[in-house]
Amino acid sequence: MSHAHGALPAAWSEGAGRFAFLRQTAAVAEADIRKLIHDPVELLTRMVQPVLWLAIFGEVFSRARAIPTGGLRYLDFMTPGVLAQSVLFGAIFYGISLIWERDLGIVHKFLVSPTPRAALVLGRAVSSMARSLCQMILVFLLASLLGVHLRFGVASLAGVAAAVMLGSAIFSTFSLIAACIVKSRERFMGIGQVLTMPLFFASNAIYPLSMMPGWLRSISIVNPLTYQVDALRCLMIQAGASMFGLPVDFAAQLLAFAVLVAIATRLYPKIIT
Amino acid sequence: MTSVSTEIPSRASEAVPAVQTMELTRTFDDLVAVDHLSFVTASGSIFGLLGPNGAGKSTLIKMLTTLLHPTAGTALVAGFDIVRQPREVRKRIGYVSQMLSADGDLTGYENLLISAKLYGIPRHERSQRIGQALEFMELTHAADRVVRHYSGGMIRRLEIAQSMLHRPALLFLDEPTVGLDPVAKLAVWHRIQALRGEFDTTIFMTTHDMDEADELCDVVAFMHSGRLLAQGPPAELKARLGHEATLGDVFIHYAGSAIVEEGEWTNVARARRTARRLE
Repeated sequence: MSHAHGALPAAWSEGAGRFAFLRQTAAVAEADIRKLIHDPVELLTRMVQPVLWLAIFGEVFSRARAIPTGGLRYLDFMTPGVLAQSVLFGAIFYGISLIWERDLGIVHKFLVSPTPRAALVLGRAVSSMARSLCQMILVFLLASLLGVHLRFGVASLAGVAAAVMLGSAIFSTFSLIAACIVKSRERFMGIGQVLTMPLFFASNAIYPLSMMPGWLRSISIVNPLTYQVDALRCLMIQAGASMFGLPVDFAAQLLAFAVLVAIATRLYPKIIT
Repeated sequence: MTSVSTEIPSRASEAVPAVQTMELTRTFDDLVAVDHLSFVTASGSIFGLLGPNGAGKSTLIKMLTTLLHPTAGTALVAGFDIVRQPREVRKRIGYVSQMLSADGDLTGYENLLISAKLYGIPRHERSQRIGQALEFMELTHAADRVVRHYSGGMIRRLEIAQSMLHRPALLFLDEPTVGLDPVAKLAVWHRIQALRGEFDTTIFMTTHDMDEADELCDVVAFMHSGRLLAQGPPAELKARLGHEATLGDVFIHYAGSAIVEEGEWTNVARARRTARRLE
């Protein structure tokens, strides 16, 4: 059996060890992060929306005192919502890069490599996580300027980072699934526009669940964004509290992520057909 | 290249075909793109697949590279079944598609680095392999430039470098010189020949360029409407039509002179886009 074709190429004899899956996932993420380093303009444009929401909407509504926030200043109440929203908006259009790379032919290169499909999906989620950390830093800077009472303890910062990364992983994978289904840039842009606002409004990002009519509350309860905001409100804001408790918040998000990764892994190879 | 056969493994490999299809079939709705195809490609050869647009060449390559599931039948690629053992196949092949597989937003080095990691090339070998590949494809000077600023010929050579980093036994090249000027084309030809010469890589390529097929390929096969109509060394196929025949004449003989009105709009759009980007 020592023929050249049956034998593995030299690279595989030692390279494909136990951590091959993790290394391949990291390589997929690395490709994307390196691109971001070459051209960080995209990160800068993402700064605009949180500024508008916090500095304008937040300032005005803080004066109105129209929303029951459980004793929190409205700006403090909505800051975690704005962070979650900026992560959502950044992640939800992430799938378009897959369509773009499919049109060019880059996706084919990944699919003919021995990289497991799950690693291709997870790698993209990881790069989206890295982007979300930039947004976290931005919102923290902005919120401190506006006098929001933030927590700066190591544990709470780590918790915020975890919640933000998980949220970004969820919505970027969701976006990947949408891309694999609609397959064209035009249709994808339409779908993205249609999805973002309902996801945002059917959540506790800028008003509490208690204010919602029953039907909206039932939708919010199955919206992963609600759990992300709930966790962030507790971890980020000094007098903030979680409604569901942090274990429920993180379990709900992990469950959503696992389901989405499983679906995306099945659909991913279909992007090229 | 003509050494004693039995003791050298790469020579012995000729016993195992690089590609062997068994009744391989793919349909799209009611269109039969690849029609019960059974053929064999010998290891160590440069095999050229020719045929008009819509003949099924790209569909065939997509199945052999595990990108597309057959509707019926199967194939052994590098000795492994494309349906049942796709990951084993993927470890042993390289593929350069008609489109652009190099990422324009990364440097040449970075493109190779990502590929090396995806193929599990161990850290201590990585930089040496990448350096070697860059040198082999004559791209060392451009390694740190972003690929968007490469010329078409350089991009093609980078893509081939990318696909050979893991030393595949078999390399699929889908129209490797489409959209290149004659000088760039010649450089790619020389690199393909050198690949086979130095690494004993089997090359499975498609082309519309009859000079290319004549110049490069040991064996060519003509595909039409999902079937192979003829297969053999270019000289032999030409001789069948008379001693002044060109490979172009052979093409017309098998494909007919009628223009085939097939190939989807999206495929045409993509091919044009690729050609434009490579200019």
